Amino acid sequence: MLEAANAEILMTTDQPRINVRTAPVSPALPPLRIGSFTLTSRLVVGTGKYRDYATMQAAIEASGADCVTVAVRRERLVDAEGRSILDFLPLERLTILPNTAGCFTADDAVRVSRLGREILEQLGNPGAGWVKLEVLGDRTTLLPDPVGTLEACKELVKDGFTVLCYSSDDPIIAARLRDAGAASVMPAGSPIGSGRGIANPAAIRMVIDRLKLAEQGGSADYPVIVDAGVGTASDIVHAMELGADGVLLNTGIAHAQDPIRMAHAMRLALDAGWHTARAGRIPRKLYANASSPWEGVITHIPGE
Amino acid sequence: MRIELNGQHKELDGPATVAQLLLSLGLERAPCAVEVNAQLVRKALHPTHALAEGDRVEVVTLVGGG
Repeated sequence: MLEAANAEILMTTDQPRINVRTAPVSPALPPLRIGSFTLTSRLVVGTGKYRDYATMQAAIEASGADCVTVAVRRERLVDAEGRSILDFLPLERLTILPNTAGCFTADDAVRVSRLGREILEQLGNPGAGWVKLEVLGDRTTLLPDPVGTLEACKELVKDGFTVLCYSSDDPIIAARLRDAGAASVMPAGSPIGSGRGIANPAAIRMVIDRLKLAEQGGSADYPVIVDAGVGTASDIVHAMELGADGVLLNTGIAHAQDPIRMAHAMRLALDAGWHTARAGRIPRKLYANASSPWEGVITHIPGE
Repeated sequence: MRIELNGQHKELDGPATVAQLLLSLGLERAPCAVEVNAQLVRKALHPTHALAEGDRVEVVTLVGGG
């Protein structure tokens, strides 16, 4: 099994063949494919809530992400000297993923998606072709409205968008969104900005199994991205260990005391989780299992 | 002519197109998108789309978000 897992890493990597058991550095992860989009990094980071644009820019760099999310909002007509976030994003290198944050109805999400596409087309950014769909239930939980999300997903797919659906950690709605044409389903680990990590690991696992296992009607290459709730690097490891293809987060980096260092940690965590998921962890046992041999001990062993 | 621009009442001197409105706001080159009465007006149509009394206009851009 270990051989098979290693072989998979070697085969799916575009890098020269390296022996993962003796390699001084980790082998590169295969790219993340979402519809017709290909991302080098499996970490997608948000651009909100940073104390300043310079910190945001450095944190994105440290995260290794080549895709960042943005929101669509009213132009601040009274503050003409306000600097645009676009001046701080290397658009030639990044694919921008516009979101529909703040939308509570399917109609509004469709409107906002079209507005985001219009701006990204003007910028010549490939992100014009896709959207991170959020249709939320209320301001307190920011949890997805599954009915509104499904409705908006259908409309946006019809309109030619590659739709990445923010969803509850529920395998049934996840499959409905996939069937409606979502290019990726993105279950929430826990509520947006809560930093509670993976609140229900069993549910996330069921979403991943439903969408990726052939015996449940899924496909191994269907991308599942855990989105929201990441508070610290171990949350990313956890998500990846559960079988996620990638992780999307914002607050966990932006509101860390040192966002740049935290972005670096998140990047490492994603790699760690990816390899862990394929390395085959040991089963949990209640009692100990000595690492050093009993044979040849010169000591008194209690009870023997 | 009165319109509603980004949720605020705005008085225009006379008839105006979307492109003329953006020019008057200094946004003619800014990366932004315009909706009139909840319908997107594509950039190519800004010079020809005439605003009407009572139109609800949204001018939006990209900001930081997650």
